[in-house]
Amino acid sequence: MKKNFIERLLPIFALLTWVFLFGIMLILFIEGTPIFKSVPIFRFIFGRHWYPVHEPPEFGILPLICGSLMVTVGALIIAIPFGLGCAIYLSEIANRAVREVVKPFIEMLAGVPSVVYGFFGMVLLAPMIQKIFHLSIGLTAFTASVILGVMALPTVASIAEDAISSVPKALREASFALGANQWETITRVVVPAAKSGIFAAIILGIGRAIGETMTVLMIAGCCAVITPNFFKPVRPMTATIAAEMGEAPMGSMHYHALFAIGLVLFLITIGLSLIAERFKER
Amino acid sequence: MRKQKELIGLLALRVSILFAVISFLAILIFISIKGFKVLNIGFLLEVPKDGMTKGGIFPAIIGTLYLSIGTVIFALPLGVLSAIYLIEYAKHKGLTKTIRIGVDALAGVPSVVFGLFGLAVFVKLFNFGVSILSGALTLGIMILPVIIKASEEAILAVPKEFKEASFAVGATKWQTITKIVFPTALPGIITGTILGIGRAAGETAPILFTAVTFYQRLLPHSILDEVMALPYHIYALMTEGTASEYQVPIAYGTAVVLLGLVMSINFIAILIRIRGRRAKKW
Repeated sequence: MKKNFIERLLPIFALLTWVFLFGIMLILFIEGTPIFKSVPIFRFIFGRHWYPVHEPPEFGILPLICGSLMVTVGALIIAIPFGLGCAIYLSEIANRAVREVVKPFIEMLAGVPSVVYGFFGMVLLAPMIQKIFHLSIGLTAFTASVILGVMALPTVASIAEDAISSVPKALREASFALGANQWETITRVVVPAAKSGIFAAIILGIGRAIGETMTVLMIAGCCAVITPNFFKPVRPMTATIAAEMGEAPMGSMHYHALFAIGLVLFLITIGLSLIAERFKER
Repeated sequence: MRKQKELIGLLALRVSILFAVISFLAILIFISIKGFKVLNIGFLLEVPKDGMTKGGIFPAIIGTLYLSIGTVIFALPLGVLSAIYLIEYAKHKGLTKTIRIGVDALAGVPSVVFGLFGLAVFVKLFNFGVSILSGALTLGIMILPVIIKASEEAILAVPKEFKEASFAVGATKWQTITKIVFPTALPGIITGTILGIGRAAGETAPILFTAVTFYQRLLPHSILDEVMALPYHIYALMTEGTASEYQVPIAYGTAVVLLGLVMSINFIAILIRIRGRRAKKW
């Protein structure tokens, strides 16, 4: 069959996503790696001090990585149980009418702009946390974790729900027929059967939390320090890029260092996506 | 014992769903109550005055509108054509799988990384500067996966009989796609596009270094002008400037406008989807 001009071009359009992915990686590489000429890559990643505007400057991103990890772990403590709970509820318990009312709420929760979450955290949650825990400042890793957890919840819930609702009905019926009650069926039959999809949901939830920018920029606080204390301010990688790119002179070490952080972030999230892909396949 | 376990388990699931619903309502209601106090026609139609302490947010509304329109003009055709290729033309299974992995991976890239890419490529390399064009292109790449996935689903849902009937009366493949498949899939594609617009309108990090400015008296004249935008306006009001007692109320007002905008966009998409599901006769 003869193909017209647009039909011939179609494969190029479809490959554009990969062009963009490679383009992003290439740009991050070109703009990021020059920092490794002055700061060895090992010292960049494991350096404990991020003083980009000191003289001489120090570019160690370990505190930023720790900041990202802390808020991500904190977020997961909320997003995993509640997200999975929502997924199981929607798939196993809610009837059609309830689902049609409740599900849009979760979708709307996913649709709230991140800057609005950040704003909400700044004006309401941070002062509350400051008061409850008698802190000197309410902008802490804990505050950011709570909001990030709510933000990652819909990601976990929607992907896990897809996995859980695609478990064949026959498995549930067999379980009920053996005398199991609904809770036993859920925990011993349905969830194990949907295991790999649930893992994918959790991994994508991690990606969502680690890549979130505006919320942590506004409510995680200021300081690039390594602390095990969740009630201290931290500075995740994303927030550092967003906060400092405006002031970093083009082509300076600081500028390149920020792109290198972008590269680290990009590689982490691509890795997570590929792992999730493997789980989804099963 | 088993009965009690079941009761507690099912209760926990209900608590999860309540947590999600209440989180959403808390944000919506809190921001609405505070925001509607400052909201009036003047607030929507005036420019900011006296160093952001008075006046309205008109330029930010217009800026977000321009950015969203630009994003769709760029991303919609690319997304739809990619989807058409994936569903109707790509024969090689490995190729479609590879492309889909790329789409998922692009969807997982953190928003601030898109910002870095936009800064290096559109602002610097292509010399578009900090502008509507740079911002819209950056946002367009970001929402491309949303549009591809929605279009794929919509095209896939077109019944085979429609296509077969079209082929039977002698239409070519391309005629069938443009005259039968595309119109039938259009509601689904529109839903996906609307969701994409909602995402683009609310994002801050990708436009932070590519499109926005804190303050602008005049509206932009060309696509190479920088703009104000609603999400960035909230962030700037909360983190810059000194008169926070005047700035925070304006931020509430801006937040309610942004949240209202994004939520109605999402709500419309959900409604179209539900109606489409009910109205389908095939």
